Amino acid sequence: MKIFKYIYAVLFLAISLTACSSDDNSDIPEENPVKDLYKIYEFSRPDHTVEVYSVKQKLEVGYNEISIRVKNIVDNSYVADAAPSWMPMMHMEHMSHSGPHSVLSNSVNNTVYRGHIVFQMAGNDTEFWDLTLNYNFKGEALSETTLIDVIQPTNGLKKVQVFTGNDDVRYVLAYVNPTKPEVAVNDMQAVLYKMQDMMTFPIVENYKIILDPRMPGMGNHSSPNNQDLTYNSSTTMYDGKLSLTMTGYWMINMKLLNANGELLKGEDVTDDAPSSTLYFEIEF
Amino acid sequence: MKSSINIFSRWAIFSGMMLGVVISPNISAQETSADSLKFVHLNEVVVISAGKSLDHQKQHKPLSSLDEFLESSRGVNMVKRGAYAWEPTMNGMASQRLTVTIDGMQIFGACTDKMDPITSYVDVSNLSEAQISSGQQGAAFGNAIGGAINLKLGQSNFRPKGWNGSLETAYESNNNMRVFGGELNYSEERFYLNTDIIYRKADNYKAGGNREVEFSQFEKYNFSMNSGIKISDDKSISATLIYDEANDVGYPALTMDVSLARAIIASASYKQDRLFGKFDNWESKVYYNTIKHVMDDTKRPIVPIHMDMPGWSETFGFYSQANLVRSKNRFFFKLDGFYNKSLAEMTMYPQNIEEPLMFMLTWPDVRTTNLGFYAEDDISLENASLKLSTRLSYHSNSVEDDFGFNSLKIFYPDMGRLNPRFLKSFSAQYHKMMNDFHLDAGLAYGDRAPSVSEGYGFYLFNSFDNYDYIGKPEMNTESSVDANLSFTYKKPLFEVTAAANYFHIFDYIIGRVDNSLSSMTIGADGVKVYENLQYAKIFNTSISGRYSMSNALKWTGQISYHRGVDNDGENLPMISPIAYRSSLDFFKNQYSASLSVEGAGTHDDYSPDYGENKTAAYATLSASFGKRFFLNDDDLFIKAGIENIFDTNYSSYTDWKNIPRMGRNFYVTLSYSIN
Repeated sequence: MKIFKYIYAVLFLAISLTACSSDDNSDIPEENPVKDLYKIYEFSRPDHTVEVYSVKQKLEVGYNEISIRVKNIVDNSYVADAAPSWMPMMHMEHMSHSGPHSVLSNSVNNTVYRGHIVFQMAGNDTEFWDLTLNYNFKGEALSETTLIDVIQPTNGLKKVQVFTGNDDVRYVLAYVNPTKPEVAVNDMQAVLYKMQDMMTFPIVENYKIILDPRMPGMGNHSSPNNQDLTYNSSTTMYDGKLSLTMTGYWMINMKLLNANGELLKGEDVTDDAPSSTLYFEIEF
Repeated sequence: MKSSINIFSRWAIFSGMMLGVVISPNISAQETSADSLKFVHLNEVVVISAGKSLDHQKQHKPLSSLDEFLESSRGVNMVKRGAYAWEPTMNGMASQRLTVTIDGMQIFGACTDKMDPITSYVDVSNLSEAQISSGQQGAAFGNAIGGAINLKLGQSNFRPKGWNGSLETAYESNNNMRVFGGELNYSEERFYLNTDIIYRKADNYKAGGNREVEFSQFEKYNFSMNSGIKISDDKSISATLIYDEANDVGYPALTMDVSLARAIIASASYKQDRLFGKFDNWESKVYYNTIKHVMDDTKRPIVPIHMDMPGWSETFGFYSQANLVRSKNRFFFKLDGFYNKSLAEMTMYPQNIEEPLMFMLTWPDVRTTNLGFYAEDDISLENASLKLSTRLSYHSNSVEDDFGFNSLKIFYPDMGRLNPRFLKSFSAQYHKMMNDFHLDAGLAYGDRAPSVSEGYGFYLFNSFDNYDYIGKPEMNTESSVDANLSFTYKKPLFEVTAAANYFHIFDYIIGRVDNSLSSMTIGADGVKVYENLQYAKIFNTSISGRYSMSNALKWTGQISYHRGVDNDGENLPMISPIAYRSSLDFFKNQYSASLSVEGAGTHDDYSPDYGENKTAAYATLSASFGKRFFLNDDDLFIKAGIENIFDTNYSSYTDWKNIPRMGRNFYVTLSYSIN
């Protein structure tokens, strides 16, 4: 624990010094906006390259936050007018479908286009994902399609649920946060989409997701003071609170209610039914 | 109401229940006369070893555990979770409501499940006496409700005795216990050094009917050293070091055992006869102690999940005290403080080994700071005395560990890290002598902060009521108004005392079921959260007597009754039913013998909410025999006895989950002193 204190102290010192100096001297280079991300793909063209970054080292089944930059090779600058859009596609033996995905936005940093994709399944020998990127470079509309690898998370934990609700609508519910769970009250986030057709996945608004986290390894122990996930229109995600009383393997049992409070999916956890059919799994 | 008991003698054990007791014919006269003036405090002194060399004439079972000594006292009952590390209770209150100190040093156990009361970290070989003070009479030692137990270490104190030493060994048949001990002392007018070591090893004991109680074994050793140097005629410095380690301790009443319980206790003190020309007996001490306690269940064949639960407790402290005598007023002032760190964690090993370990902090590195001032004035009146005392303390708890702090915030989102309190105690104790009658009466107010477990415990499993317990950081301070009254009629040949006390405890802290919470421990019935009850009431009363049939033959007896209820009239847990003890003691020349009976009525006023049931009445009979031999200048003493002669299978209300007590037990002790 002590070592962390020192690290924090050093970090704090470094940050405060940096902060001071940047006030004094605006020539200090900006912090790299993709510093903590993994570059997973790069396409090179004669006058520019397209870089694709991911928060995770590899794209995994479930929610993936992805960032895209377009670099002008001539002057080594990143463009702020690429206006990219994207379309992930799963090519199965007899059909193809897309996956829920957000728009790409450069609102945080104008040269980094950020968005997310929810992959419902992993690729394998006969079925694969590709990603089509449409963007502008120097006023010219370009398109690039590349094969992408989507794998199951290494620990095999369930982080996305694709299901048909009692209203006969197909939904995709994916776990977003916490990415690093703690023994604490965690801020939890998830995204909920419905499948309008093979290619269209609109965001579902104003539903409610009831949480019941459990530890099957500890007699299905649960935790207090969880807060159900509700829709946040500014992030277009579902936010709530997740209490975790110890480290270990947790199953987050859920029930999905529509805007009228009608149950669409999931069951109460009881002694006879130790888990809901709608759940996420986490380990830490 | 002050009495001195020599526990080492069967005489004394049972006289111990008495007030103003006589130890043996030789010293009875001086004891009584010395007592009569100080006969005011609701205190009891359990003499464990007179001076440093064991006085075998007065010893009943010379190498019995400290727990057995304390149990023999009038005011103390011991809660048992096995054969080792019993937890003292007084006036129907357990350790969180008592101050237990070693030579005035604050020490706190490192076990979240109270498996290491601090009385388990010393041994009889270290101690000279246990000072037992009821209610606020113990406020000199700390803030408590029920009373104080101060274990006084034995010291040669510059008596010019030169070298002396002794070897002791004991054997008990029931659990095959072997005890080996020795001490070596050197003392002169300007210097002394005391060292002693004791080792105990016991197998499982057998309850009545030869039924083995599994996981009741233990092994422990204790080493202590203390030394003093006179730096001038009226100034001296001294230092103490105690190392105590127990291994492989079984707790049959619990789901876990202890692989290590280790304490290192150290102190240095300075004494000066006079201070500023007015004060005398000025003594100042600084101390440090560190405890490590490791619970594990690796030796249990069937557990739902394996777990490790280590705990650490570390305390720094000091005190400085002096007397001031002004004609009829005898003042005593004390300034003291301590800083304690309590940390405990739990790691559980999932059956599916691919899952990560489950980890939690059960005590989130709680730092307790206490700074107090104590003052008393003992006022001599005509054939009477009045003692007024007060303690004022600043007390704070803070949670240092972020992991633990965030864990507790799951339950208390708005809790702060720091929780300061102001604690206070006031008492008045009056004593009146009217020929052969003595009257004692007292009124007191005191309060206490919640213990670390009560304030910050995180899923602490209580195997008695089968609930997990969660602490509550921002509870009210528990406070108590208590009154005591006793009458003694005392003649040279006989004596009888009737005593009673009553505690009205506001904001009584106890765990209450919270049905919205889910238990953590597999198989637990639910979760209890510590709360303040509006109030609780505890009433204790006893009658005790002594009759000397001749110089050699003496009878003593005591009967007591206790009652504790909460504000809804529900019974409090761990309150004794009617209990009695009686003993016939013979002592002549170098022979001694005793026959004693001990028992309790049915536990009718039990508390089912806290796991108790109606413990049946019981009675046991014991006997002891002793003989002393002189070999040249040396001294050999043999003592043998039988406990529980009829091999009764029984348990009392103090037995955690009703584990049966030891059945018939033969013991023999050999002591050899070299002068």
